[in-house]
Amino acid sequence: MSDEQDGGRVVGIVLVSHSAQVAASVAELAQGLAGGGSAVPVAPAGGTEGGELGTSAELIAAAAASVDRGAGVAVLTDLGSAVLTVKALLAEGDELPDNTRLVDAPFVEGAVAAVVTASTGADLAAVEAAATEAYAYRKT
Amino acid sequence: MLDADFFRRWMTATAASVDREAERLTALDSPIGDADHGSNLQRGFNAVTAALEKEAPRTPGAVLTLAGRQLISTVGGASGPLYGTLLRRTGKALGEAGEVSEDQFAQALRAGVDAVMTLGGATPGDKTMIDALVPAVDALGDGFTAARAAAEEGALATTPLQARKGRASYLGERSIGHQDPGATSSALLIAGLAEAHGE
Repeated sequence: MSDEQDGGRVVGIVLVSHSAQVAASVAELAQGLAGGGSAVPVAPAGGTEGGELGTSAELIAAAAASVDRGAGVAVLTDLGSAVLTVKALLAEGDELPDNTRLVDAPFVEGAVAAVVTASTGADLAAVEAAATEAYAYRKT
Repeated sequence: MLDADFFRRWMTATAASVDREAERLTALDSPIGDADHGSNLQRGFNAVTAALEKEAPRTPGAVLTLAGRQLISTVGGASGPLYGTLLRRTGKALGEAGEVSEDQFAQALRAGVDAVMTLGGATPGDKTMIDALVPAVDALGDGFTAARAAAEEGALATTPLQARKGRASYLGERSIGHQDPGATSSALLIAGLAEAHGE
């Protein structure tokens, strides 16, 4: 059963970067490319709570809660502590909404693919597959 | 037997040595990292001691899971989830007992170190905290002083290694000749055990 049939619930997207500006800008870019009418909830979780470069478990948990519509949450990250923090939170079991998944994808291209795919009403597995597939796009 | 107070002293001793050594950790993190290891861990362990004082957990397992949770929340760098996972997983392995034997602790710490290896993907020889932690766990059967010596030796032995994990790995051969900051702070953590035990 697709999520469209399942009451129109849509997958939420969280974008975790070491930089607040990078996370917010990629969120804006992905939503812009998905089309103005996109109803996909996208939340950036960038930098530390103090506004410095780094990763905040609190910002990630808050972002995931804010985009959870009951159809799952796809989390995309840049590197290093962003990846490890999401994995550590997932391993604890109770810090992130049910059905939250760390998606293995390039950050910018994967975010665009995830938001566009989620905007079609696709389920979490399809959103994840589209984001991961963005690795296959070669530039030379 | 080791009680909750022992584990609180371990965390307090580690927080104090991280405070003392913060500048050195950050200096080690400058040529091959992003020069924040000391200040990140200082923030994390300060939060640990504050939380332990406020919540006063009553079992060894609860002390370590609370400490780990604080590190994941407050460090802001990769050492947060790595040390946080180490302590939480060790704490969970200790269960709800009010006291644990040194053997039980050694087994639990090994489970914690295994979880760190799974999370970060590092194995011995990659020039990471694992290079201090694995020898320490291996030596723990001979006591805390032996574990401290093994961790310090392991940290020193990272100097000639080429980094294969984390930001330092991007530097390739240029990472050779620098002692790994994560292995160095791991040696402080293990030294805190001996200190908490009065050794």
